[in-house]
Amino acid sequence: MSGHDSKYFTTTKKGEIHELKEELNSQYKDKKKDAVKKVIAAMTVGKDVSMLFTDVVNCMQTENLELKKLVYLYLINYAKSHPDLAILAVNTFVKDSQDPNPLIRALAVRTMGCIRVDKITEYLCDPLQRCLKDEDPYVRKTAAICVAKLHDINAELVEDRGFLEALKDMISDSNPMVVANAVAALAEIQEGSSKVIFEITNHTLFKLLAALNECTEWGQVFILDALSKYKAKDARDAENIVERVTPRLQHANCAVVLSAVKVILQQMELITSVDVVRNLCKKMAPPLVTLLSAEPEIQYVALRNINLIVQRRPSILAHEIKVFFCKYNDPIYVKMEKLEIMIKLASDRNIDQVLLEFKEYATEVDVDFVRKAVRAIGRCAIKLDRAAERCINVLLELIKIKVNYVVQEAIIVIKDIFRRYPNMYESIIATLCESLDTLDEPEAKASMIWIIGEYAERIDNADELLESFLESFPEEPAQVQLQLLTAAVKLFLKKPTEGPQQMIQVVLNNATQETDNPDLRDRAYVYWRLLSTDPEAAKDVVLAEKPTISDDSNMLDQSLLDDLLANIATLASVYHKPPDAFVSRTRPTQPRDDEEEFAEQDSGSGDTSAPVPDGAQVHGGYPGAGPSGPLPPPGGYGAPRGPSPPTGPPPAPAAAPAPAPAPPPPAPVPDLLGDLMGLDNALVPAGPVTPSAPAGPPLPVLLPAPAGQGLQISGQLMRRDGQVFYSLRFDNNTQMPLDGFMIQFNKNTFGLASAGPLQVPILQPGTSANTLLPMVLFQNVAPGPPNSILQVAVKNNQQPVWYFNDKIHLQALFVEDGQMERSTFLETWKSLPDSHEVSKDLPNAIVTNSEATLERLLKSNLFFIARRVLKDTNQEVLYLSGKVAPNVPFLVELTFLVGYPSVKCAVKTPSPEMAPLFFEAMESLLR
Amino acid sequence: MPVAASAIYFLNLRGDVLINRLYRDDVGGNMVDAFRTHIMQTKDLGTCPVRQIGGCSFLYMRISNVYIVTVVSSNANAACAFKFVVEAVALFKSYFGGAFDEDAIRNNFVLIYELLDEIMDFGYPQNLSPEILKLYITQEGVRSPFSTKAQDMRPPANATLQVTGAVGWRREGLVYKKNEVFLDIVESVNLLMSQKGNTLRCDVTGKILMKCFLSGMPDLKLGLNDKIGLEKEAQAKARPSRSGKTIELDDVTFHQCVNLTRFNTEKTVSFVPPDGEFELMKYRITEGINLPFRVLPSIKELGRTRMEVNVKVKSLFGAKMFALGVVVKVPVPKHTAKANFQVTAGRAKYNAALDALVWKVRKFPGGQTELTMSAEVELISTMVEKKPWTRPPIQMEFQVPMFTASGLRVRFLKVSLYLTSLLFKGLTLQLVLYTFAVCKANYREMEQVWEKSGYSTVEWVRYITRAGSYEIRC
Repeated sequence: MSGHDSKYFTTTKKGEIHELKEELNSQYKDKKKDAVKKVIAAMTVGKDVSMLFTDVVNCMQTENLELKKLVYLYLINYAKSHPDLAILAVNTFVKDSQDPNPLIRALAVRTMGCIRVDKITEYLCDPLQRCLKDEDPYVRKTAAICVAKLHDINAELVEDRGFLEALKDMISDSNPMVVANAVAALAEIQEGSSKVIFEITNHTLFKLLAALNECTEWGQVFILDALSKYKAKDARDAENIVERVTPRLQHANCAVVLSAVKVILQQMELITSVDVVRNLCKKMAPPLVTLLSAEPEIQYVALRNINLIVQRRPSILAHEIKVFFCKYNDPIYVKMEKLEIMIKLASDRNIDQVLLEFKEYATEVDVDFVRKAVRAIGRCAIKLDRAAERCINVLLELIKIKVNYVVQEAIIVIKDIFRRYPNMYESIIATLCESLDTLDEPEAKASMIWIIGEYAERIDNADELLESFLESFPEEPAQVQLQLLTAAVKLFLKKPTEGPQQMIQVVLNNATQETDNPDLRDRAYVYWRLLSTDPEAAKDVVLAEKPTISDDSNMLDQSLLDDLLANIATLASVYHKPPDAFVSRTRPTQPRDDEEEFAEQDSGSGDTSAPVPDGAQVHGGYPGAGPSGPLPPPGGYGAPRGPSPPTGPPPAPAAAPAPAPAPPPPAPVPDLLGDLMGLDNALVPAGPVTPSAPAGPPLPVLLPAPAGQGLQISGQLMRRDGQVFYSLRFDNNTQMPLDGFMIQFNKNTFGLASAGPLQVPILQPGTSANTLLPMVLFQNVAPGPPNSILQVAVKNNQQPVWYFNDKIHLQALFVEDGQMERSTFLETWKSLPDSHEVSKDLPNAIVTNSEATLERLLKSNLFFIARRVLKDTNQEVLYLSGKVAPNVPFLVELTFLVGYPSVKCAVKTPSPEMAPLFFEAMESLLR
Repeated sequence: MPVAASAIYFLNLRGDVLINRLYRDDVGGNMVDAFRTHIMQTKDLGTCPVRQIGGCSFLYMRISNVYIVTVVSSNANAACAFKFVVEAVALFKSYFGGAFDEDAIRNNFVLIYELLDEIMDFGYPQNLSPEILKLYITQEGVRSPFSTKAQDMRPPANATLQVTGAVGWRREGLVYKKNEVFLDIVESVNLLMSQKGNTLRCDVTGKILMKCFLSGMPDLKLGLNDKIGLEKEAQAKARPSRSGKTIELDDVTFHQCVNLTRFNTEKTVSFVPPDGEFELMKYRITEGINLPFRVLPSIKELGRTRMEVNVKVKSLFGAKMFALGVVVKVPVPKHTAKANFQVTAGRAKYNAALDALVWKVRKFPGGQTELTMSAEVELISTMVEKKPWTRPPIQMEFQVPMFTASGLRVRFLKVSLYLTSLLFKGLTLQLVLYTFAVCKANYREMEQVWEKSGYSTVEWVRYITRAGSYEIRC
C-alpha cells in the first residue's frame, strides 16, 4: 500500500534546476505535478530551490487539491525570502478563500496565516473576516487559529479589525471544535498580552464545560488548560467544575488526563469539605498510575508531574508505592524519577519493602542509578527515624560488597545520618575506616574526613588517618581541603597533644599560603585567629552543637510548587522551573538573535531546584562547616562571594595574628584584603561583559573607584610586537594629586612579572593616565596546577597598597614562532599520547566566516595548518598551531558549523593541564 | 498553553532530516543542528527525553529507525507533544499499511506533508482520527471508498462536517452486508517476584480491541463482569446482582468515542464505534490476579568456574487450556563458556548475545503441570577479581489463549441503531466465540442477558493473556 515517492529524491543530474523549470511550465498536468513533487523533495533534503519561486507559484491556480497543497507548502517555506514575489500569490489566496469547497477555503486561510510577510498580512484581513463567519465549521475552526497567527505577526491589526471580539463570540459557537480552537487562540493571545483579553466568566464557563463533553481529545486539552486558569468564586463553584471535569480522568489520552488533574488540583485548593477532597484524591490515583504504562517518554513527563503532586498531596499515592518499583528494562530516566518518588512515598509502613528494592537496585549495572539508589537509602534513614537502623544495616551490607562507587556513595550518606542522629550509630566507624584507601572521589573523601574530625575523640588513630590525607593536601580539590582544615582544627581542640599541634601548623600554613582559593584561605585565617586569641572560644565555635538536619532535598519551595502545579503537563512541570526561567518573553524578530543566545543556559538561572538530572544532596550541607553556617557554602569553590568574617576588616595584612609566620614580602596575603573589599565582585562583570575585545578601547576595570578610595585602575594583558605588555589606565577621582606609583605581581602560573618600573606621571585630581608596562615571563613561577589568576599590588605615595586580581588571558602569551610545518604538525600530533588530548565544546563560540576567524586567530599567533569539511554533517574542521613560550606547543582542532554557535575545540599539548586556560582563550577569541 | 510543537523533525539515525515541518516562527529553521550536536552526537542521547538547549526545548522519541524531535520555545504542553507524536505515528502507520520507518517516510513524503499540515495548525493538534482523515486526504493506494468515481479528488461534501462533528471518528453512510464485531481482550501480566517467591509487584494491564464492521451509526453498549458496573445495574433493575465472579477494575481509560460522562454516572460503557479496528478501552487490575505460571529458580555458584541452574515452571491455569510460545530466559554471567541442559520438555540453549540460557516450550499444558530445566554452566576462569555478578532477573514470555489473568469477562455487547435507518430491526442476535470454543459457561451467560434490539450482528469474542514484564529475581 505504501507510496513510491522516493523516486522524486533521485535526480542528482546537473542542470536539474533548469530541467525542473521546464517541467513546471509544462502543459501536461501530470508532468507539472511530478515536477512540484521533485521541488518539494529537493526542499526536504535541504537544497535551495527558491529560484523556482515564480514557476512554482504559477502552478498555484489549479483544480487539483493535492498539487495546490504542495504549492502552498512551498510558499510557506520560501515566501519570507521572496516577499515581493509572494505578492503574486495573494490573488489566488483571496480567490481560494471564496471557493465553494470548504476544504480549499480553510486551506487558503490556514496557509496565508503561515506566510509572515507584512504585505500579505494586509490582504489576509478580509478573507479572514469572511471565514470567521463561514457557514462551515471546518473553515471557522481554521480561521480561529488564524487569528492567533495574525496576532503574532501584527497584534494591532487584530485589535483594529475586531477579530478579538469575533473570537470571543466563537466561544458560543455550536460546534465544539470551533469552541476549542477559539479557546486555544484566545489563551495564546492572552499569554502574550498584559491586558485582560480572555477572562472566563460564568457564562463562558458554562459554554466551555458543555463543549468539553463533545470536542476532540485535543480540544479537551485546550479547554481544560484554559479552565485551569479560572479562579472559582467559592467552594461550590469549584466543586461544580471538578464534578464536570472528573470524568476526563478516564480518557485514554494522557494529555487530557494530566490537564484534568491540573484543573482538579487547582480547584481543590478552594474546596473545604474534607470528604470531597479525600474522594477526589482517591479518584485521581488510578489514572495517574495508569500513565505509567504509556510510552517511556510519556511516563517520564508523568513521573516529573507526580513528583510535584506528591509534594502537595502525598495522600493521593501513599498506598501506591509498588507501582513505582523499577522494572529491569525501564529506561534510565524513568528509573531515576521512580526512585525519587519512592523516597517521597517511603513511610514506616512500607520501608522494609522499599529497602529491599533499593538494595536490589544498588547491585544493578548503571553506575548513576546505583549511586542514586544508595543515596536513597540514606535519605530514607534521615526521613524516618524509626527505620534509620535498618537503613544503616543495608548500607553496611552494601559496603561489604566492596564495589568502589557503592562504598563511596554509602560513606557520603552515612555522614548525613551521623549528623541527623548524633551519638547513635558511631559504632560502625571502624567498618568505614576499612575502606579509607579506596576513596578517590572528592565528596566521599570530604565526608570521611568530616567523620574522622567529628569523632576524633573516639577514633584512637584519628591523627594518623588524617595525616594520610595531609600529604596530598595541595592537590586535593577545594571541598576536601576545606574538610581537612576543619577536621584538623577539631582534632587539635579535642586532643591538644603534640601530633595534632604539628598537624594544625602544617594545615594552616598550607591553607593560607599555598592556595589561591579565597574560601579556604578565609576559613583558615578565621581558625587561626580564633585559636591564637582564645582556644576556649574556638571550642565553643568549632565544636558547637549543630542544628538538626532534615531531608528536604528536592523539595520545592511552596510558592514555586504552587506555580508549577498550575503548569502541570507543561515543560515547566518537567523542568521543575517556573516558565519565565526558561522562556524568553522577547520574541526573536530575526533568526540570528536566537542563534546568538545559544549558550547552554541550563544551570544558569539560579533557581533552587537542580534541573533534570539532580544530584540528591541533603540540605544543611556540610555539617563540618564549624560555626554553624556563616562560612562559605560547600562547593563554593572559585565563587568568591567574599564571606565577611565576624570582625571588621583588619587594617593591613601586617596585622596578621601572632602565630602567623612573616609572610613573604612580595606577596602579602593579597586576597584577604581584596575579598573584603568586594573586589572580586567588581571583577565579575568586567570579565564576561567586555570579553577581551582586543581593539575595544575601554579596559576592564580591575579596581573600581569606590574600592580604591577614588583611584580607579583598569588594565589588561596584551601582546604587541612580540612582547607582552600590561596595558593600564589610572583614573584619579580623589581630591588630591597622586604620585609615586609602583607595581608588584604575585607568583603566578606563567611567572609574569614587570620588566621595568611603572611609568605613571603625577596624577592630578580628575585626570587619568594610560601606560604600557613591559612584562617578562617565567620570573616567579607559582607551583601547583595552572590557573589564570594574576594577583597585582599597586601603591602610591598617598594611599595604602591596593591589591586586585586580574585574569591571565592566554591569547596574550602565544609567541610569534608558533608556526609549524604541516608535517611537523602531523608528527607532533602522532607523537603525543592520547591522554594529552583534551576537548571541549565551546557553546558561546561562533565562526561566521572561517577566513575572518583565521585572520583574527593569526593576530593572536595561532597559525593555520589545514582545513577540511566533514561530508555528512557539513561541519568544517580547522587545524591550528600555537606556542606559549618557552616550549609549550598547542595543536588545535576546531570543529564547527559555519554560522552556528558552539565550536568543538580539541587541543593536544605536552601540558594538558594548561588546556582549560586555552579553552578560555579560544572562547573569547571566537566570540 | 496547550501548544505542542513549534517545529517537528523526523531524522534518521545519522541525523539527516527526512522530513520536517515548521509550525511557528519562534524557533529558527536550523534548530535541528543543535539537536544533532548537543544530543545526538553525545552520550546524553537516551538519558532524558526532554532537553533544553539555548532558548529551545527538544522533546524526542525514537520509533524504529527514526528520531522524532519536537522543538518548542514556549512553555509548551509536554504531555500533549509526546502524545501527538505517538498518535501521528499511528496515523501514518494506518496510511502506509504497516511499518513506520525511514523508507516509509521517504516513500510517502508528499502524503506526510499533507497530513502534517492537516493534523496540526500553528502548533495546536487538530483531528488525528485516521478514519475521518482518509475521507479527504487520499493518495495513491489510500483512496476513500467514495472517490473511485469520476470526480477523483473531490472529497465527499460532508467531510468537513464530520471532521468537526460530535462523532468525529466515524463517517456516515457505511453499509455492510454482514454486520460483524470482533472483540479481543488482550491482557498482559506484569510480575516482579523476589527470590523467596514473594510477589513484589503484580498487575494486569488489559485492553479491549475491537474490530467493527457495522452499517450506519450503531450505538454499542458493553457489559463486563466488573463489580461497580454490576452493582449499578442491579440497583437499576432493583434486584440483587447475580452471583458469580466479579472483578474490581483499578482504573479504566477509554477511546474518545466512549461517553465518559455517562460512564461516570451510570457505569455503562456506551459508544458509537469508529469503523474498523481500534482500541476501545484499557484497564488495570492489581487485586485478585490469577498468575498463569509459577517459577521456582535455584541458581548455585559452585566455585569460580561452575554454576548450577535449576528452573521449575508450573502452570496454574485450567487443565483444558494451554500456553503457547513459552520462553524462559535465565541470565548467566558474561564469561559463560558453555552449558549442558536437561529439560523435561521443549528446548534450551545458551544465547551468548543475550547472556542468558533460553528455554523454549512451544505448547505448555495447563492444570498444575510442572516442567523443569536444569543446566550446568561452565564459566571461563578469569584471573582478575571482578566485582560480583549482579544477577538480573529471570524473564518469561508466553501467551495463554482463552485465559484472563484478571478474570475479566464480557457479559454482553448490545448493538442498537443510532437515530437513523432502522433497516435491520427485528432480527435476532448471535454471539460466537471464535478460535476456541472452550468457554461454554460464558457463552450461556451472555445469551441470558442478551436483549433483542437493533439489527442483526455477529459478535466474536476472544481472550488472550500475554506476559508483560514477567520477572523473577534470582
